[in-house]
Amino acid sequence: MYAYDEIDRTLVNERVSEFRDQVKRRLSGELTEDEFKILRLQNGVYLQLHAYMFRVAIPYGTLATNQLRALAHVARKYDRGYGHFTTRQNIQFNWIKLAELPDALADLAKVGIHAMQTSGNNMRNVTSDQWAGVAPGEIEDPRIWSELIRQHTTLHPEFSFLPRKFKIAITASDHDRAAIKIHDIGLKLIKNEEGETGFEVLVGGGLGRTPFIGKTIKHFVHGRDILSYIEAILRVYNQYGRRDNIYKARIKILVHELGIEKFSREVEEEWQHIRNSSLQIDDEVIEDIRSRFTYPNYEKLPHMPDELRQATADADFEAWRKNSVSPHKVQGYSIVTISLKPIGAPPGDATAEQMDALADLADKYSFGEIRVGHEQNLALPHVAKRDLPALWKALDKLGLATPNVNLITDIIACPGLDYCSLANARSIPIAQELTRRFANHELANLIGRLHINISGCINACGHHHVGHIGILGVEKNGEEIYQITIGGRADEAAALGNLIGPGVKFDEVADVIEDVVEAYLALRERPEELFIDTVKRLGVEPFKERVYATR
Amino acid sequence: MPLVNGGKIADDSFVKLAVDTPLPESGDILVPAERFVGEAEVLLKRAGRVGVIWPNSRDIDELVPYLGKVAAVALVFPTFRDGRAYSQARLLRERYNYRGELRATGQILRDQFVFMLRAGFDSFEVKKQADAEAFMQTAKRYSVFYQPTGDGRITALHRRMQLRHSEGVGT
Repeated sequence: MYAYDEIDRTLVNERVSEFRDQVKRRLSGELTEDEFKILRLQNGVYLQLHAYMFRVAIPYGTLATNQLRALAHVARKYDRGYGHFTTRQNIQFNWIKLAELPDALADLAKVGIHAMQTSGNNMRNVTSDQWAGVAPGEIEDPRIWSELIRQHTTLHPEFSFLPRKFKIAITASDHDRAAIKIHDIGLKLIKNEEGETGFEVLVGGGLGRTPFIGKTIKHFVHGRDILSYIEAILRVYNQYGRRDNIYKARIKILVHELGIEKFSREVEEEWQHIRNSSLQIDDEVIEDIRSRFTYPNYEKLPHMPDELRQATADADFEAWRKNSVSPHKVQGYSIVTISLKPIGAPPGDATAEQMDALADLADKYSFGEIRVGHEQNLALPHVAKRDLPALWKALDKLGLATPNVNLITDIIACPGLDYCSLANARSIPIAQELTRRFANHELANLIGRLHINISGCINACGHHHVGHIGILGVEKNGEEIYQITIGGRADEAAALGNLIGPGVKFDEVADVIEDVVEAYLALRERPEELFIDTVKRLGVEPFKERVYATR
Repeated sequence: MPLVNGGKIADDSFVKLAVDTPLPESGDILVPAERFVGEAEVLLKRAGRVGVIWPNSRDIDELVPYLGKVAAVALVFPTFRDGRAYSQARLLRERYNYRGELRATGQILRDQFVFMLRAGFDSFEVKKQADAEAFMQTAKRYSVFYQPTGDGRITALHRRMQLRHSEGVGT
C-alpha cells in the first residue's frame, strides 16, 4: 500500500476547497454551465441522462480497507447504495446531487481518495496491473512508477487543457493485465543489458471511433528520464494535436497522421532540450516513493496447507478456485479475484453492504488491501492458501463467489443507454441476458476463457474492439442495432476484432453469440484451443457462415 | 476587461493595434504577430514600448530573435479549454529566458490563475471583474505542487527530501 503523507493530503484538501468554491459559483450563477462544465469534469463530475455522475479515481487500482469503506459511505449517504467499478480503475456513482458533491469529496479526502482528473481533457488516472507487487515474475512493482507519474500528472500546469483526454497505463509483467497497447501512452517496465530499470514506451493506442493499437516509440527510456520523456510527448501533442474536430483530437490521430517516425523525431528533439532538467529523477526520489509503499509481513507457509487439501473435495469450491485463485509470488499465498459479474446483474456493480463486508474480509484475509482491475472485478492480493475455504464461504454469502472469472459470463460492459447520455444502445440488458444464457457453469467451463465486451456507443467504454467477442450497439433508423466482432484482445498480443457481418437487432444478440460459441465448439481442434486461438487460426469466415446461414 | 499585473488590478499602458490601425506617434503598443514580424524594424525604432500578440498556433521559435527587444508578449487563450499557450509560455520563460511581461489574453478565468502563474505568466487580461478582484486569494489556493516548472516553486518530491534530510540531522 502507498501511504499519503501530509503533503499529498494538503493538496487533496486544497482541491476540495477549490471545487467547493466552483460549485458555489455555479449554483449562484456566477459561472455559466459552459464555464463550469470543464471545471466539474476535471473533478470527475458528468451530467448524465438522469443525474450527475461522479467518478472517483483508484490510482493503479489499489485500495486500503478504510478507503473502500469510504466509497461505501459515499454510496450510502450521497447515492442510492451502490457504485459501479469501471474499466479505468475508477468507481462511478450515478445519482449524486451537485450541491452535495463537495461534501462527498471532503469525506473521501479524509482517506486520501480524490476525483481529480477522472474526466476532462487532461491526464487521467494512471492505471496499472491489478496484480502489481504480487504477480510472480514481474520486473518490479509498477505502482512505484505509477505513483511517480500520478504525482507528476496531477494538476500539471501545462497539460490540464489538452486537445483531448490522455491515458497512461503501466505494466511490469510479460503478461499484460493493464492493456497498455490501447492507451495513449503505454509503459512496459523492463531492464536493459546493464540491469538498469527503464521502460519500453508505446504511444498512440486507443479505442473509440478510430481504434489503434499503440506503437513502440522508444525501446528503452531509463527510469530517471521517464518524466521528461512523457513531458516531451505531451508537449508535442499539446502543440500539434488537432483541436478542430473532437473525433480527431486524440494523440492516436496525430501519431497516425504524422507517422510514428516523424512523431518520434519531434518528441526526440523536444526531449533533448528537457531530459537533463529538473525533471530527471534521482534514485533518492524513487527510493522515497518506494519506501512509502508497505508490504505485508508474509508468514512462511506450506504450499499446500491441510485446510485447502480438505476443501478440494468440494466441487463448488474447486469450481471457484479454478478460476478465481491465481499464483502469488510468495509461497503459501494466492491472489483471489472477486467476480462482480453475478448472473443477471449489471457488470461491475457493488452495493455499499458488499463493499463494507469486503473491507472486513480484506482486513481478515488480505492484509487490508483490495485491488480493482480493468475487467470490472476486484481482487484480494494476499490471501493465505489456508484461508481460501473460509474466504470462499464468506464471499458466497455476499453473492461475490460467482465462479466465472475469465469465463463467458465475465462480461465487460459500459453503462450504455440506461445511464449514459452518449450511448445509442443498451449494454447492461445485453450483458444480463448473456449471463443468463451461459449461466450453466459446466457449459461455461467447457467453453473456457472467453471475454465478451459490450459498448453502447462508438466511444467504446466497454472496449468492444478488444473483446474476444465484441458487441457494439449503434442506433439505426430509431432502432438499436448491434455489430459483432471477433478476435480482439487487450493483452500483450493486443488486436482489434473483425466484424462478422451485418448488425443484428437487440432481441437477436444473445442468439447470435450462442451461434458463434457453438461454431467455436465445433471448430476447435482440441478442448485446450481457446476461442481466440480458433479465430486466429480460421479467421472470421466460418463464424460468419454459421451465424448468417440461417438469418 | 480588467488587467491584473504584479498581483494587482492595474491600468494597461499598452494600446492594442489591429493589422491596419495607423501607428500612433508615441505610447506603448501591442501589435499582432503578423504585423510585428512584417514591420519589426519600424516598430522597434519608435518611442514607446512594443509588445506582440502571439497566436497559439504560430511557432514560438519565430519570435525568439526579437525577445530581447519586446516589452511584452501576449499569448492567447481563444477559449479557456485551449491550452496551447501554456506550452508557449513555458518555452518562452524556461527555454528562451524571456524576462519581460508575459500576458495571458482571451478567456481568462480565476480557475486558471494557478496554472498560468506556474507556466510563467505575470499579467492577465481577466474576463470578469470579480475574478480579477479574487486574484490574490485564488493565486494562493495551492501550497503543494507536484511538478517542477520555471516558477521555481519547490515540488512535493523535493520537499519530502528536505524534510527527510532535516529530520536526519542530529540522529
